[in-house]
Amino acid sequence: MIDWLSAEEWTAVRLSIRVAFWATLASLPFGVATALLLARGRFWGRQILNLLVHLPLVIPPVATGYLLLILFGRQGPIGGFLMDSFGIVFAFRWTGAALAAAIMAFPLMVRAIWLAMEAVDSRLEEAAATLGASRTWTFLVVTLPLILPGIVAGAILAFAKAMGEFGATITFVSNIPGETQTLPSAIYAFLQVPGGESSAVRLVVVSIAVAMAALLASEFVSRRIARWVAAR
Amino acid sequence: MSLDVSLRHRFEGFALNAEFSAPDGITALFGRSGAGKTTVVEAIAGLLRPDEGRVEAGDTVLLDTGRGVALPAHRRRVGYVFQEGRLFPHLTVRQNLAFGRWFAPRGAETEDIGQIVEILGIGHLLDRRPGRLSGGEKQRVAIGRAFLSAPRILLMDEPLASLDQPRKAEILPYLQRLRAETRIPILYVSHSVAEIVHLATTVVAMSRGRVARSGPAAEVLSDPEAVPFIGIDEAGALLSATILGHDAATGLTVLSVSGGRLQLPHIDAAIGAALSLRIHAEDVIIATEKPTGLSALNILPATVSAIHEGEGPGAAVGLQSGTDRLLARVTRRSVRALGLAPGKPCYAIVNSTAVARSDIGGLETGGWASLDTAPAAPTRDEDGMKNPSP
Repeated sequence: MIDWLSAEEWTAVRLSIRVAFWATLASLPFGVATALLLARGRFWGRQILNLLVHLPLVIPPVATGYLLLILFGRQGPIGGFLMDSFGIVFAFRWTGAALAAAIMAFPLMVRAIWLAMEAVDSRLEEAAATLGASRTWTFLVVTLPLILPGIVAGAILAFAKAMGEFGATITFVSNIPGETQTLPSAIYAFLQVPGGESSAVRLVVVSIAVAMAALLASEFVSRRIARWVAAR
Repeated sequence: MSLDVSLRHRFEGFALNAEFSAPDGITALFGRSGAGKTTVVEAIAGLLRPDEGRVEAGDTVLLDTGRGVALPAHRRRVGYVFQEGRLFPHLTVRQNLAFGRWFAPRGAETEDIGQIVEILGIGHLLDRRPGRLSGGEKQRVAIGRAFLSAPRILLMDEPLASLDQPRKAEILPYLQRLRAETRIPILYVSHSVAEIVHLATTVVAMSRGRVARSGPAAEVLSDPEAVPFIGIDEAGALLSATILGHDAATGLTVLSVSGGRLQLPHIDAAIGAALSLRIHAEDVIIATEKPTGLSALNILPATVSAIHEGEGPGAAVGLQSGTDRLLARVTRRSVRALGLAPGKPCYAIVNSTAVARSDIGGLETGGWASLDTAPAAPTRDEDGMKNPSP
């Protein structure tokens, strides 16, 4: 397997996995919180939040990448602040690739968790309240375990999506081998040079394998958890 | 500790205006569906915010809209047994039972988990999850969970409604034991007179969002004025009886009631055991002179105490027999023909086959039964009383 891919190809695969992993992990708490707000919140601006979350799903990825560049670039309002205050840089770094992937995968993650939350019987949460559990405790010991299958499914879906993100990533952080050249970027780059086709094909096979494995794992894990939760 | 409730709430097409007080023991909140019972218990538990109201459990004010007090549900310590159990599916029975204890305030007086498990007979279920329990088992666990959360009061919203008859009969004895062996006031919502007869010491009858009648169970159930709320088919009085003996030759059991003696088909209880009999209004006949040549064995001297005439041809007549009350269903025509009026002496005739087995309370550790003579939670034999009387 090691010999099968060139060092350059391996770099792209490893980077993609790192980017997708951190994109998923870092966005998960936000995903759960957003799903909670959308499923249970009754506040002004809920529809606006809903729209914002889903925006990356419907606008061109290049547009999302461009917006990220404006906001999170070194000169951008958020990017400039983060660099000056914490020394965190997104532009043209792998962290930027993770940010782009996270934003693009966010709607999928939120939708999966949201659906799971809608399925939770709110009468169980009432029962928890009558037993003395505050809202926070009820969420932690009743709601959260019950939506765990949805969270896992959402996370794996987001991971697969992050692995394949291209448009926003290449616009925001460009295509720097070893730093921001993820799998799709590498495939694209190989296709641009003569004789790169065989490398591209190998990477396509790798992407398909990773994506399939992620989807299967998602199915498997969420079923196992659902069975554990319901103990059928 | 008592529970004092006063609530006003308006839904679309429904107005609740209820005020009552529930003393120690089991208070039945009784009424047909739509009478507002569930609204009352949800407001007490804090799951529903009424327009106006005051709820006080012992010395603790749970709700007082006038003073802007409204404790959130999780700080009221009101145990709630729901109609459908609502066990947490991801937790084992043991964890479900312990759930309330995790959140009970430190130092709160909690029931002993081992004792509750023993009373409810759920020891063999502790490591299972709710998905694998039968309906009756789920409901027993739900009852235990509520008891173990160190509640000030316990609300039971038709806890038996989702169960079939055998399962109901399975749970009733456990509730009777809990009533006898714990000291938590219980508000028990039901539309079934049979359940109330077995459990309640106090009855609050609700009708269309208002409290129609309230008082000791035996009084409310035998009050002719309460018949419209209970329904004439379900109406009937409660009699406290003591078993005097069993007659093997006739298969009858002789009981002593305050107004005299009753002979009923064999009742499986020891001599001296106290129990409560429910006698349907339909099964009581009134005579102004002591009848002779009658197949009915049971004739009790009585005095008319009250008469309620409905809109139909029927009338409900309340009778006082010794210290017990009886309720009889007669026609208005008979009321005129016999010249029945409060104070008039008469005889109440009770058919021996009239008392259905399921209406005899106190065979277990019920409120009217003496604890030492009561066998532990037997399963009921529904057919036991179907034999024709001699």
